[in-house]
Amino acid sequence: MSDYQHEVELERRSATAARLFDIRLVIGGLFTLYGVIVMIAGFAVSDADLKKAEDININLWTGLGMLLLGLFFLAWIKLRPIVPPTAEELAALQEDTG
Amino acid sequence: MITLAAGLRLPTNGLDYAILAVYFAVVLGIGFAARRSVKTSLDFFLSGRSLPAWVTGLAFVAANLGATEILGMAATGAQYGVAVVHWYWIGAIPAMVFLGLVMMPFYYGSRVRSVPEFLLQRFDKSAHLLSSVLFAFAAILIAGVNLYALSIVVEALLGWPQWVAIVVAGLFVLVYITIGGLSSAIYNEVLQFFVILAALIPICVIGLKRVGGWDGLTSSLEKSHGHSFLTAWDGTGIGEPNALGANWLTIILGLGFVLSFGYWTTNFAEVQRALSAKNLSAAQRTPLIAAYPKMFIAFLVMIPGLVAAVVMPKIGQEGSDLTYNDAIPLLMRDLLPNGVLGIAVTGLLAAFMAGMAANVSSFNTVFTSDIWAKYVRPGREDRYYLRFGRLVTAVGVLCSIGTAFLAASFNNIMGYLQTLFSFFNVPMFVVFIIGMFWKRASMKSGVWGLVAGTTAAMINYFWIYKQGIITIPTDQGANFVSAIVAFVVGAVVMVGVTLFTQPKPEAELAGLVYGTLPRPSAGGTPVPGLDEPPAKGDDAWYRRPALLGWGAIVLAALCYLPYSF
Repeated sequence: MSDYQHEVELERRSATAARLFDIRLVIGGLFTLYGVIVMIAGFAVSDADLKKAEDININLWTGLGMLLLGLFFLAWIKLRPIVPPTAEELAALQEDTG
Repeated sequence: MITLAAGLRLPTNGLDYAILAVYFAVVLGIGFAARRSVKTSLDFFLSGRSLPAWVTGLAFVAANLGATEILGMAATGAQYGVAVVHWYWIGAIPAMVFLGLVMMPFYYGSRVRSVPEFLLQRFDKSAHLLSSVLFAFAAILIAGVNLYALSIVVEALLGWPQWVAIVVAGLFVLVYITIGGLSSAIYNEVLQFFVILAALIPICVIGLKRVGGWDGLTSSLEKSHGHSFLTAWDGTGIGEPNALGANWLTIILGLGFVLSFGYWTTNFAEVQRALSAKNLSAAQRTPLIAAYPKMFIAFLVMIPGLVAAVVMPKIGQEGSDLTYNDAIPLLMRDLLPNGVLGIAVTGLLAAFMAGMAANVSSFNTVFTSDIWAKYVRPGREDRYYLRFGRLVTAVGVLCSIGTAFLAASFNNIMGYLQTLFSFFNVPMFVVFIIGMFWKRASMKSGVWGLVAGTTAAMINYFWIYKQGIITIPTDQGANFVSAIVAFVVGAVVMVGVTLFTQPKPEAELAGLVYGTLPRPSAGGTPVPGLDEPPAKGDDAWYRRPALLGWGAIVLAALCYLPYSF
């Protein structure tokens, strides 16, 4: 089981948990931006666009959906932030990466 | 192999390109931002086993949701009708649930870094080396074919020359995986998952309205294609003719059991996502969480396929230059205005890149941890393998760019090679399942099961089917039968070899075989040093793997109901 112990040791030294950013921020940011862009295209809809999309202002609706998804992720971060590592864990991390 | 008709050029404008540019910038940004989290080789190859289950779960489904899959499944929908749902509800969900509930404790609990490494611990070096080398080759091949398919689609839709698309997409993948490792790949997959949904849902909505809603769609198809086009099981009695060329037995056993279990439970590009989860509970929930979106993606690819069959009755027929693969690009062109069109193009490109990245990020792990660190340069310090892993990633991407250019000139050979490698997945599953449940299965039985099963599948496909010794109506149907044959032959050979060779010493099997798991709750006896206390909050009812898993099975069965009569 020496491989196993080596893996456990690496898991202890791993920096991902403490240093990897929160993907919710990226999803939230990108979809809020996309939502706004696509909704603006929806407000400036042309008759040709409407005709093409079977009289649905699809930009408006898709934009709204994307905006809501983006805001959902941002709200989720606000409500459940990632617990920062404890002082003990940080010290251990510093020791290892030196 | 994907080919698209000429004349599918999309009416993109600056707005669409702005949306695409933002996405490419974010992809690179994720790579650079993930860089500071990579300190060890474990961080690079497995995200330090630290990701939450919803992230790995969405990455698990997104790694499979490549663009070849989306275009291909919509094409299957346009060609065979509602029967395409078999690839989801019976061809994916049961296998994903099995992976989560039954196999994950062995995979995750043994702390292996890859699927081949499990074979090393359970069987011997020959099984390990064979599967590692074949996997590494297949991953590069698939990444290259993906890149080539991307270049064809981009040329048709956007008018970029093929080589520009190959080089640009290849370099983007190279940069973000080399820098950010698996975390970067997984984060991009999660993002891609949402973008592709934002692309497919509008196509389905407008498409349905175009053909008069679901009722209009079904009544048109009933007239043009007949009733069985709208049912999943009609005409699948043994001996009855149907478009799929398969009967209920080969669908359930071949597709639902052997092929799908082979793909979902032993394909490292998928399993790797679960191995990067932060604990056993999260690893188990990875494929289970993925099962729910997977179930509903069936509708998002089936509806565009069916709509295309109504709107363009000539699609895929003789005398038309439109192939079934054109279904989604066609609807994008005809239905989406600028804006949403940009989102759809972005989703498609993102899906291509994620499909390629999943293969690259599993290739570098297998090549570094399983081949290089075990057989070529063992025992170096961790920093060496991290550096080597980055180097191999770059080499792997360059090789797949080369493969993509090769595929452009030798299209048929690539298709042939892909079929060849696909035969290897099936015996992997038989070796795993016997290895995990039968303690006695000997060390040598692993490699012989792999070799015998692969050979049997090839003989069945290329000789018995292609030479017409047994008549099977379609390639698809023959594929299902080959899979069943490979499974049976592999199992028989493993049992045979086991009877005449040495078993693995019992002590070395701890945590690898059923009945030796560390936690009694998972069906085993406690093994010192292998115990893992459950994390806080994992005992919540909605996080219980059994509930999630059986819920998915029941829901998939319910999904079949409206399409079974």
